[in-house]
Amino acid sequence: MEPILSINNLTKKFGHITAVNNLSFTINKGNVYGILGPNGSGKSTTLGIVLNVVNKTHGEFHWFDGQTSTHDALKKVGAIIERPNFYPYMTAVQNLKLVCKIKGVAYDNIDEKLKIVGLLERKNSKFKTYSLGMKQRLAIASALLNDPEILILDEPTNGLDPQGIHQIREIIKNIAAKGTTILLASHLLDEVEKVCSHVVVLRKGVKLYSGRVDEMISSHGFFELQCDNIPDLTKTLKEHPAFGTIKIEGNTVRAFLNEPMESQTLNKLLFDKGIVLSYLIQRKESLEEQFLQLTDNQPSTI
Amino acid sequence: MLRLLNLELQKLLLNKTSKVLIFISFILPFFIILLSSLKINVFGFFTLELGELGIFNFPIIWHLTTFFAAQFKFFFAIVVVSMIGNEYSNKTIKQNLIDGLSKKEFILSKFYTIVFFSLVSSLLICLLSLCIGLYYSSYTEASIIFQETEFLLAYFIKLMGFFSLCLFFGILAKRSAFALAFLFILFILEWITFGLITWKFNADIAEKIQNFFPLKSMHKLIDQPFQRIAMSKFPDKETLAYDYAVHWHEIAIVMGWTALFVFLSYRLLKHRDL
Repeated sequence: MEPILSINNLTKKFGHITAVNNLSFTINKGNVYGILGPNGSGKSTTLGIVLNVVNKTHGEFHWFDGQTSTHDALKKVGAIIERPNFYPYMTAVQNLKLVCKIKGVAYDNIDEKLKIVGLLERKNSKFKTYSLGMKQRLAIASALLNDPEILILDEPTNGLDPQGIHQIREIIKNIAAKGTTILLASHLLDEVEKVCSHVVVLRKGVKLYSGRVDEMISSHGFFELQCDNIPDLTKTLKEHPAFGTIKIEGNTVRAFLNEPMESQTLNKLLFDKGIVLSYLIQRKESLEEQFLQLTDNQPSTI
Repeated sequence: MLRLLNLELQKLLLNKTSKVLIFISFILPFFIILLSSLKINVFGFFTLELGELGIFNFPIIWHLTTFFAAQFKFFFAIVVVSMIGNEYSNKTIKQNLIDGLSKKEFILSKFYTIVFFSLVSSLLICLLSLCIGLYYSSYTEASIIFQETEFLLAYFIKLMGFFSLCLFFGILAKRSAFALAFLFILFILEWITFGLITWKFNADIAEKIQNFFPLKSMHKLIDQPFQRIAMSKFPDKETLAYDYAVHWHEIAIVMGWTALFVFLSYRLLKHRDL
């Protein structure tokens, strides 16, 4: 696979605080990556370093094949970090022309990209008259101007209303569908779950996991069960070798699997023992549960 | 280079405030000098015609116009300082860098703009002086006209140096108002140092040292012309004589400061996390 961004042992210290600690990962072409972590876990700092606005303390990173300088590489990257930053006194088109001049691309794409984000009819309004949602969409249009090899988005839905969030997600999905590599930093797990195929999990600047979303923790999922006779049910489950942890939450029993098992098998097994289920569902952990499990299992390091 | 200049010009010329300030800093001195060269009838009592005093004669006119026009540099200094301040307050400096501008290019685009406007200003003053001079001057031989045109060079260097200083303060303070305050503080500091050296040693040494300070060295490039005008009226008075010429070492000092300020701006930006 063709690497787009490689990060090796990257460290950033702000005084005594280590924002990014010995971080390494690689972004390959064609995948949608999520960087996941609570607030203050070093997501934005990492992106700031590779985007040339934050100086690294040590370690290294290189774009593409490592032959191009960072600022030249950035001309092939589209990135939005935090809030959309444009010149308030210029119109959308003037702002985008300025970006074109910086990136050294022709003005031809401007109308097309404004159309993608649905701002074509407001293209001659000044930036300061835009709503936050429109500003964020203009930022996406600006990031797309050079038909980038990779699109980097840092919390793109932060501060938007539900409609704005939906619009941004639709735009991201459409871009991903066209095969553009995307790197999405977020603390919103469902957002990452919905669009990403790969994920890097950070906590306090340390990498906890990097790889496919569905392989994040080796688990066979769990059953959620309800019946009239909970003590008997838990007893039976505890005696069965296929089950690990059993949790009781209200009148629901959660049984985590140690090995694969079909729901029919369990239903039959329990029925044979005289336990009749009123509720049976087999699930995989959601990203949120996986994430919490992952972050809880790590000894806290400061 | 043109790409960087073009970038910065778009940022400046689409902004109403900077447009007005640029207009003031270039057109106002132009008009004032032009007006003063006209015959003015003061309420019918008497006619004021400065041209009659001989101050628009070549070569003294070069000295006079550049000196007066340089007083208006403060308006453009506000533009320089705010073009950095705005980038910080709009956070567009961050976006510029993310979009693929290097920190070096960022500083260079500002510096090229400074050089560009200093050049334009020098050319305007050159044209204006030439026109007024040709109209009033008693001597119109080419050799006399082009005497002392080094004042134009001094004017250009002076503007460039002063705006580079503003650029540095802009980057240092990140906010326009603070940067202008720094300018004022530097001005006071230079005089305090001057006072201290005078007190410890003597005024002669103090002045020699002061001539190396940034603001004073820029000021010294074009000395005030009043004494010279007086000198031309009373050539016998030896006490009036002073050294008003543009010296190469003065130009070198200001060029040195300019290079230092631009370099320091770059160093500062390079080591800063945005």
